Amino acid sequence: MTVHRIEVRPSLHAGDPAGQSALEAIHAMPGGQQLRGIATAAVYLIEADLDVKQVEHIGHTLLAHPVSDELVIGASPIRSTSVIEVHPLPGVMDPDADSIEAAIERLLGIEVQVRTGRRYDLDGVDATVGRELASKCLANPLIHDVHIGPAHPESFPIGHAHDMSSNEVPLCDLKDDALLRLSREGHLFLSLDEMHALQDHFRALGREPRDIELETLAQTWSEHCVHKTLKATVDYAGELPGGGIPSASMIEDGTLRIPNLLKCTVAAATHQLMEEGLDQWCLSVFVDNAGIVGFDEDTAVCFKVETHNHPSALEPYGGAATGIGGCIRDVIGTGLAARPIAATDVFCVGSQTMEHIPDGCLHPRRILHRVVEGVRDYGNRMGIPTLDGTVWFDNRYVGNPLVFCGCVGVMPRDLVSGAPRAGDRIIAMGGRTGRDGVHGATFSSAELTDTHADEFSHAVQIGNAITEKKVLDAIMAARDHASGCLFTAITDCGAGGFSSAVGEMGEELGAVVNLEQAPLKYTGLTPTEIWISEAQERMVLAVSADRLEALASICEEHEVEWCDLGEFGTPQRELILRYGGSELGRLSMQFMHEGLPDRVRQASWNPTDVEVPAEVCESDLSQMLHALMSHPNIASKRSIIRQYDHEVQGRTMIKPLVGPDGEGPSDAAVITPVRGSTRGLAIGSGLATGLAADPYDMVLAAIDECVRNLVCVGADPEQIAILDNYCWPGCEDEERMGELVRASAACLHGGLAYRTPFISGKDSLNNQFTTEAGETIRIPPTMLISGFGIVSDVRQCVTMDAKAPDNLLVLVGETTDCIGGSHLLLMSQAAPGSRMLPRTDLKAGPANARVVAGLIAEGLVRSAHDPSEGGVLVAAAEMACAGGLGVALDPQAVQGNLDSLSVACFAETPSRYLLEVTESNLKHIIDRLGETPCSVIGRFTADPVMTAGDRLDLQIETLQQAWLTGMECS
Amino acid sequence: MTTATMDTLEYAADMADRPRALIMTAAGINCDHELAEAFALAGATPEFIHLTTLMSTPDLIDQFDLVGLPGGFSYGDAIAAGRIAAALVSSSLIDRLRAAIDRGVPMIAPCNGFQIAVQAGLLPGPRAGAGARTEAALLENDCGRFIDRWVRVEYPASRCVWTQGITADDEAMLLPVAHGEGRFYGETDLLKWLWSESCVAVQYQSDDDPNGSVDHIAGICDHSGLVLGLMPHPERYLHWTQHPFWTRIKPRSESTPGLQMFQSAVTHVLKMRAGTQA
Repeated sequence: MTVHRIEVRPSLHAGDPAGQSALEAIHAMPGGQQLRGIATAAVYLIEADLDVKQVEHIGHTLLAHPVSDELVIGASPIRSTSVIEVHPLPGVMDPDADSIEAAIERLLGIEVQVRTGRRYDLDGVDATVGRELASKCLANPLIHDVHIGPAHPESFPIGHAHDMSSNEVPLCDLKDDALLRLSREGHLFLSLDEMHALQDHFRALGREPRDIELETLAQTWSEHCVHKTLKATVDYAGELPGGGIPSASMIEDGTLRIPNLLKCTVAAATHQLMEEGLDQWCLSVFVDNAGIVGFDEDTAVCFKVETHNHPSALEPYGGAATGIGGCIRDVIGTGLAARPIAATDVFCVGSQTMEHIPDGCLHPRRILHRVVEGVRDYGNRMGIPTLDGTVWFDNRYVGNPLVFCGCVGVMPRDLVSGAPRAGDRIIAMGGRTGRDGVHGATFSSAELTDTHADEFSHAVQIGNAITEKKVLDAIMAARDHASGCLFTAITDCGAGGFSSAVGEMGEELGAVVNLEQAPLKYTGLTPTEIWISEAQERMVLAVSADRLEALASICEEHEVEWCDLGEFGTPQRELILRYGGSELGRLSMQFMHEGLPDRVRQASWNPTDVEVPAEVCESDLSQMLHALMSHPNIASKRSIIRQYDHEVQGRTMIKPLVGPDGEGPSDAAVITPVRGSTRGLAIGSGLATGLAADPYDMVLAAIDECVRNLVCVGADPEQIAILDNYCWPGCEDEERMGELVRASAACLHGGLAYRTPFISGKDSLNNQFTTEAGETIRIPPTMLISGFGIVSDVRQCVTMDAKAPDNLLVLVGETTDCIGGSHLLLMSQAAPGSRMLPRTDLKAGPANARVVAGLIAEGLVRSAHDPSEGGVLVAAAEMACAGGLGVALDPQAVQGNLDSLSVACFAETPSRYLLEVTESNLKHIIDRLGETPCSVIGRFTADPVMTAGDRLDLQIETLQQAWLTGMECS
Repeated sequence: MTTATMDTLEYAADMADRPRALIMTAAGINCDHELAEAFALAGATPEFIHLTTLMSTPDLIDQFDLVGLPGGFSYGDAIAAGRIAAALVSSSLIDRLRAAIDRGVPMIAPCNGFQIAVQAGLLPGPRAGAGARTEAALLENDCGRFIDRWVRVEYPASRCVWTQGITADDEAMLLPVAHGEGRFYGETDLLKWLWSESCVAVQYQSDDDPNGSVDHIAGICDHSGLVLGLMPHPERYLHWTQHPFWTRIKPRSESTPGLQMFQSAVTHVLKMRAGTQA
């Protein structure tokens, strides 16, 4: 067969925006300015026996548009200084190629193989320089071939058949050092204790394990899948605030023994709240792929937030896209399938202007740019609005950025749980299995080093959103089938692939799996690779044999591939793995799921001394406010938000950007999950990484911020559920473990105080990067709190944009002079105020939330906003800018034991709210607030100027400009 | 025919005299449910049919009074937005769709639907002197990327049945856009024709054009006035709480401009029906 090459380039009048974007990206890189111009063309390589007429026909009817494109069969002549082409490496997902192959088959009835690529004609740089620039800006050599000149291979590479037998691995007689070597070199990433447990198990069986069995156990026991650190027994030495952890006990010398950290803290909060009456509302917590709560009488909503950090460090576009894709699949795989209705994203990256980037790391600018594109392309194609998120900048994220992806789903209330029955078929639906993504679960549980890019390139993947969208459509049709739901259980193939999905679904029953049944992307995969591949866009369902025909017809209509992998239920509750009839592995489900040895981890906490500044000076309010507004953590994220379709599905009632010009940063988004109903769901988050010096304070502040964000748009604080996402800089030593204990204790205390049950969570505990020189860069301990809350009627919602001149600005809550971890301190080391971290007041915080929510429900609040990063002045400026008004402030009126004006203006004390109210309502509101500290701190003005007596005088437009461009210029 | 159930919204499907609206779904189409909601609120009964089913039984189209080609990323927008779906539609459905237009069936094609309609030859539709030549295209936005925002629009006097008599004050005269390839381009002759035959149905206000379209064209109709293709999403503007700054405007009781379009089309169908009966 021949490979035909077709080039399509935009005709002159069509312009070349893609080329323009590429040019801008290269110009932003060091050494990129010598590039004078760039022209792009799409390249299609088609392998098939076609004559010239057929190739031209495909070109003209499908690949090129008669008005806007020019078509060249073969390669057009090189008229620029050099030509560079970027093509996906063999085996890397090429979503467009998949769609084109299917289209050619439908239109012409010819089976073809397609690969797509992109040609760049570069002016001003030679091929060597061009290739280097392209490798940095336009391609990622991990997944792309960066080719000099037009690429036109004679044939596509094909896989080679592989030895399909399963090999025994000598384990029973290994000494400790050999066990550890096997763990590391076999990419099992198990500890010595765990290797001993495996050894004991197989010694008792009287045989050596086979490779597929070891891989299965390593996946099942990975940190990623089983959260063994958070579930470990932890001995904690050190202070714990707020009543400690009730289910822990004191052992010798005052050490606290916590039998299962997660259970005693995060889960304990939820379970206590359920005992106290939230059991009717919390429908499924911690057990499924997402946590589920009631929405209205008939429907439930679920929420899951995942991280995809290590893949995003190596290939940010694919990492982020498959991150959101995996999280969406989690929601589809919750209960008997939820419909995804919203997505969220939070990124933590290095400064965009960072100069010295360690070897093996991508530049933070490129990482952020590409993760945004990854979420955009996947979320938009899935038709799920991405509507809440933020970005946090800190150079400690340089080697290990954090990419949080969340997804919210809605489902009928009677479908919140499912379980396979013995005899049900194991059905896989969706994408084919390939070698991509092998070892993702164990990879995510290891730390990154500068050689990881080479060693784990196969763990890096590109997503194919359309495959997942087709699967979603088919599953919704199967769920809502006229004869009732066609499946008894469903889960997604995430980390660990079939191994985890079937292993978890079959935990109680056992399962027999015939691996040769799985459709493959290419030949040459070993059975073990098929079993543990984390290839994207696959779901596993349990389906009774008599419902298969109905499912098959839905799959055919939706162009979804499916296969029957085997059966649930074995006499001995075993996992039996076969290939072509011969048995490759047999494991006891009980050992897989309960054989992991308990661990005892030591943890300690030694608070660092709070420094006392040598000298202090008050900040110039105008300068400080201007600087804060353009600080990248605070500045507008509109350039990101506008790239996401945040309104698809037509449910978005409070959008991420609000106000008459659509520039105001909404505290949270509100959607209507049930069409035809005005009942709403607010979606928001809290992140307080500035307080990482004490994770206890950090997590409480994050919970408080999440609640405030939701309350500010109109959510009922009595009906908010939250999620935890730990991202830790490692947990191998006592100090890191101590930080983990403090964060977890804060989840317990915060969850109970705010009456916000945790319904789901996730941890990623090895976020550090070791450079070539051996230096370890650890991220700050990071905890994202995501939350959603019920809005009884969306028509009662408020937004943060100031509404009318002469309305008053009321600050609710007390301000303290603790400025530790604040942006004020970041900008001015000599700022006045205590360096202590602000501690959330667990009485005032929930009380303030309730009273503010009451005022909003009564219709007394015109706009509401939470002062967080940058404090009261920044929040007031955001409100004024968003509404196109000015504001005259009286910072002296800020309540609290304060003797500094800059502290009053910029302290980031939690639990405070800024409310815009009409003067006529003021008295009533103050009555309502009762004992709650509050004061009128300003008045909105028609004149677009921000003033504070003679201490501040700034044009709103100046502030707006600083705020709008801060992140782009950072 | 298998049709997917729509979310959890119940429709009065038993009301047999409601006009039936066909909503074509396909791999990657994702604005189908809000389009169905729009038809339902306007008084029609929406039904989803997948493109694969339509391709094997194109006659299904004959049963419908209204047609919607929803937005999304059909087939991932591989090659170009809407390209593959357009090729499939023009290879097997175009005759039935043309027959439906001859029957007087109004069709709406927002966003990806517009991109499909233009490349499949439904829009601008046959015009004298042009033969079968394609003369229009929706190109990559001039900013080079996907953009989601609300824009101020105008409805020039046109023959389009969907945009007749839309009334709204300045604050409400908005529509949301969300696309990466929405820059309308037409050859000179076509543009002259579109204007002279009153086929330009929706325009961006000149200072609020999100993609650099020629003449700020946001939507066009065919010569029958029945087929409207537009980049904005009227189906995302059915409730006042979808307005981008509804929290600062006065509550209103009338229909949103988005819903008015669907009401116009349904009214047109009912009038035609009454005319036939009379």
